[in-house]
Amino acid sequence: MSRFRSRARAAAAVALAAALAVGCSSGGSSSAPAAATGTQDSVDAALKAGGEITYWSWTPSAKDQVAAFQKEYPNVKVNYVNAGTNKEEYTKLQNAIKAGSGAPDVAQIEYYALPQFALTDSLADLNQYGFGSFEKDYSASTWAQVKNGNGLYGLPQDSGPMALFYNKEVFDKNGIAVPKTWAEYIDAAKKLHAADPTKYITSDTGDPGFVLSMIWQAGGRPFSVDGRNVKVDFADPGVKKWTAMWDQLIQGKLLAPVKEWSDDWFRALGDGTISSLVTGAWMPGNFISSVPGGAGKWAVAPMPTYDGKPVTAENGGSTQSVVKQSKNPALAAAFVRWLNHGNGVQPFIKSGGFPSTTADLTSPAFVDEAVPYFGGQKINQVLTSASKDVAPGWTYLPYQTYANSVFSDTAGKAYVNATGLDAGLAAWQQAIVDYGNQQGFTVSAG
Amino acid sequence: MAVLSKTQFSVTRPRKSRVLTGFMALYLLYTLVPLVWLVINATKTQPSLFSTSGLSFGDSFALFDNIGQTFTYNGGIFFRWLGNTLLYVVVGAGGATILATAAGYGLAKYRFPGRRGVFAVVLGAVAVPPTALAVPTFLMFSKMGLTNTPLAVIIPSLISPFGLYLIWVYAADAIPDELLEAARIDGAGELRIFLTVTLRQLVPGIITVTLFTMVQTWNNYFLPLIMLSEPKWYPLTVGLNQWSAQANGAGAQPIFNLVLTGSLLTIIPLVVAFLLMQRFWQSGLSAGSVKQ
Repeated sequence: MSRFRSRARAAAAVALAAALAVGCSSGGSSSAPAAATGTQDSVDAALKAGGEITYWSWTPSAKDQVAAFQKEYPNVKVNYVNAGTNKEEYTKLQNAIKAGSGAPDVAQIEYYALPQFALTDSLADLNQYGFGSFEKDYSASTWAQVKNGNGLYGLPQDSGPMALFYNKEVFDKNGIAVPKTWAEYIDAAKKLHAADPTKYITSDTGDPGFVLSMIWQAGGRPFSVDGRNVKVDFADPGVKKWTAMWDQLIQGKLLAPVKEWSDDWFRALGDGTISSLVTGAWMPGNFISSVPGGAGKWAVAPMPTYDGKPVTAENGGSTQSVVKQSKNPALAAAFVRWLNHGNGVQPFIKSGGFPSTTADLTSPAFVDEAVPYFGGQKINQVLTSASKDVAPGWTYLPYQTYANSVFSDTAGKAYVNATGLDAGLAAWQQAIVDYGNQQGFTVSAG
Repeated sequence: MAVLSKTQFSVTRPRKSRVLTGFMALYLLYTLVPLVWLVINATKTQPSLFSTSGLSFGDSFALFDNIGQTFTYNGGIFFRWLGNTLLYVVVGAGGATILATAAGYGLAKYRFPGRRGVFAVVLGAVAVPPTALAVPTFLMFSKMGLTNTPLAVIIPSLISPFGLYLIWVYAADAIPDELLEAARIDGAGELRIFLTVTLRQLVPGIITVTLFTMVQTWNNYFLPLIMLSEPKWYPLTVGLNQWSAQANGAGAQPIFNLVLTGSLLTIIPLVVAFLLMQRFWQSGLSAGSVKQ
């Protein structure tokens, strides 16, 4: 099955690359005229008038949310389509945008992919509907990710401040204390694997999303973007800080050789082979629904840091955006507002999502909920406090989905041959620079 | 004179080679293991997929339960995908076979200017992988407003250069010119000759091409992947991959058991088609290899 999937991924990457190439050459307008800041009147009017919109999303709560919305606004018909999970949806979205028709009115887009669509002028700037005034209602780290320049290209749905998920049973059995610093984490990795060679501290076979989040936490800022000028620097001191630390795990063969999100991976999470995960706050829902074997064993702690002072990064998370092709953008904006700034938020949280709205991140009902899967631990106390500790100032590439698709061909070698992450990232950087320049960006290496 | 060995080998009783038999057995194993794995794992529930070894049965036999779930998951979308695949196969592969048969016969039996040019183009087209044409075709279709419609999958499937070439070669050998001349002398028109005389002669070739195009369309993945954006038009291949991709990222909903059962159900029709048409297939493959 993994072969099938990797072939599919390669195919998707090809399609995306082709679509992106065309998208950029025809779009070309990097500096979209800043839409005037408007009010929500047109949105309210559109909602009253009703109509029909199409919504693309793969989030598990989408179906319930659409049903709830239609119940509240019977004059609006929302066609919900699951057009694929992450990369697959982006390929289709990019294709439809290029084709000039067939795109949905509202689409779910992850934060890392948002700049790509914002930059090609594919999304509506929500400032024109006065949504800029919602800024105070969202955590700073998620709001920063839906903005691009002066434009506002979506409202945040979920967020993924990172934390340490660990298998308490395995830790206790092997006498391992919960690591607070990365140095302690590496010691724990060594101690655990020495005590029980079937157990690993974690797994990492080279996931670009994870790598970038780890660099983010370490203080590295490898990408800087100014219009069509891009700078890429994987020799940044923050990057080096992370590579020096993580290389110890790779070269010590302390990472489980299990591909994330594969059937093996879910199995390894359940049976203790993988005894900890550093990942986004959206993970608990996945544990509960897909790792039944781990019930009662897992717990949550703050993400380890380099100096013991709390700092974390975002990993994953999505926004809903209005596609410019929409024939009824005001109604589409109304739906987005309902989803992420209205009654749509509760069904999302109920389905296991981790919100980005400050009201929910601070509500006692959410924060103090004891979760049975995690042995009754009030995990949201840890996770919501992580959302306040996200390091600021991160930027993704304007063609991040392509860059991620070539990660394993370049940086991935550092994992397979243990040749050092710095060399691997340098190869990735080269691929990113070359591709960006081919696509009409001015990319320089730092 | 060399000494003759005790046993005589002939064309019908060839000498047995242990090495070749060994290779054959290994190859058989190589091709069968994935299938066996698929069958075994389609009988497991999702939790027991995660907790038991891949080549042994799980604690419970959940095949029928899985089949039921596959058919009902997400409002029975699997049936819709099955129907789409059948549509693409019947219209696409069926059309490709008809076109290949008519064109191959025409090129083999009629002399007309530009025939060599057509021959070169067809041979060239055999060498171009369909995947390479998918993206240009997408851009062309999007201008014509055909993307995200069944036509976007069917129209490219109608072209089978390899099938055309096969029929051409087959017709050149299987239909004697004398037969056509006799029919013409008897006063039959060209269309009547094609429909009543030629088609019968070409049956093994047509079946071979049908199987080829059918397998190709049934397994078609990349083209529908980029052409279609709505699951309601997906064929099984793209649909199953969407199910498989559900296991990724935040809000992951892994349904590996349904992906496996769905895959198993997907290959059954092809296996049946091959079993039924095997004898035609064999005679089609050997056609033209012997000069009479």
